[in-house]
Amino acid sequence: MAETHSLQDLQQPAVSSKVFVQRDYGSGTTCRFQTKFPSELDSRLDKQQFEETIQTLNNLYAEAEKLGGKSYLEGCLACLTAYTIFLCMETHYEKMLKKIARFIKDQNEKIYAPRGLLLTDPIERGLRVVEITIFEDRSVGSGR
Amino acid sequence: MHLGVSESMRECEYSQISTRSSTPMETPYKKRAPKKRKWRSFPGRNKFYCNGRIMMAKQTGVFYLTLVLILVTCGLFFTFDCRFLAVELTPAIPVIGGVLFLFVLGTLLRTSFSDPGVLPRASPDEAADLERQIDVANGSTGYRPPPRTKEVVINGQTVKLKYCFTCKIFRPPRASHCSLCDNCVERFDHHCPWVGNCVGRRNYRFFYMFILSLSFLTIFIFAFVITHIILRSHQNGFLTVLKDSPARYPFTEVVVCFFSVWSIVGLSGFHTYLISSNQTTNEDIKGSWSSKRGKDNHNPYSYGNIFTNCCAALCGPLPPSLIDRRGFIQSDTPQLAPPTNGITMYGATQSQQSHMISSAECRTYQSPARGGRR
Repeated sequence: MAETHSLQDLQQPAVSSKVFVQRDYGSGTTCRFQTKFPSELDSRLDKQQFEETIQTLNNLYAEAEKLGGKSYLEGCLACLTAYTIFLCMETHYEKMLKKIARFIKDQNEKIYAPRGLLLTDPIERGLRVVEITIFEDRSVGSGR
Repeated sequence: MHLGVSESMRECEYSQISTRSSTPMETPYKKRAPKKRKWRSFPGRNKFYCNGRIMMAKQTGVFYLTLVLILVTCGLFFTFDCRFLAVELTPAIPVIGGVLFLFVLGTLLRTSFSDPGVLPRASPDEAADLERQIDVANGSTGYRPPPRTKEVVINGQTVKLKYCFTCKIFRPPRASHCSLCDNCVERFDHHCPWVGNCVGRRNYRFFYMFILSLSFLTIFIFAFVITHIILRSHQNGFLTVLKDSPARYPFTEVVVCFFSVWSIVGLSGFHTYLISSNQTTNEDIKGSWSSKRGKDNHNPYSYGNIFTNCCAALCGPLPPSLIDRRGFIQSDTPQLAPPTNGITMYGATQSQQSHMISSAECRTYQSPARGGRR
């Protein structure tokens, strides 16, 4: 790329606003986020894309907290080994959190960053909200 | 950490946001500031030990009393009674006693030292956003708005979510704010001074196993101390036993165990009932799901049968800690830049960069330090 970049271009654009997608407690205390499309994102993002992202996130968290044979087995095994087994292996929840982090990074790179948006992993916010940062539209910029 | 400048020049498609880089201006800044761990500036009233690995409430005096009572009683039991009983009856007695004792100690320490499920306080941006939403809902009036609640329907039951003025969040269902620790705790059961910590979502199972195993241990010790006294009385006569025993030790044990049995066994029974109906102590005391409140009032969290409720409470997946105790504090907190003014851009961008780095760093930092997430 033979373009010259001024110092301003090298800096990140300013944060214009933040949108917070709150938790949906309709099915109890399990981790779910509301799929209602925030109006501030209207100009930047497809409603369907947003819903897909949030729905996938919800499914991943549901899998992390799922009660079933596998989680019971893990719980009993952990109890029998006085929880020392977690010194060598990760809990299922932690594995899912890593998967979620990879998913968010992937979504940011593919969908959100090209549109001047940034998803923050909900674990950084105590699983309370999905924070979407909206960056200012830069007319003089190296992007679109 | 590679320089993000060259990256943003190469990949101009999404140079606006870089998810894993730093500007050259960032690196020297970070090297100069000493790194502090987040537990040092934790807003709640908690004490931290071992560089953030251990977390307890502020008042820990009663916890030490619990430890002393357990250690002294078991110490006396193993020193005096076991020597006699292992010979007279069976050596299995000290073995079983030992296993029970270790289990009790393990679960006690685990309950006391782990994060009960503290909810981190809202970031300034979140709090501002919530305030805006509440103002819009209330209609901006001059006078102080009424207490903030939100209603949500869970499994056909209407539940009120309260706004926590300290943590600036709407508390999730079953969460409560502990006034002693000054934290909102998920699935708050109660604050137990005997273990020196709150009992919540992440340590409830350890607390239950602690009181259950302690019940067995106290009954075990009580039974065998009485057996010891009886056997010796058959051999030597009761009054001789009284005279011979150093400082009347069996009676210390008998007294401690007698009072403990009634209280601890009772508490275990109570918590067994709570677990089987999937309630917290907080909910039970307030009568939240009691049918006296209304005809259709029922517990929306119960799975319907006792077995599933017990499995869910005791063997369900253990969620990780939401407060990042051992992570490092970033030098700036991300702030929103004023919409029209471009002057503050540098401050905002630097903090945004540091925030993005912190996402990557904290994630990678957390995996080796597994103790911090317990």
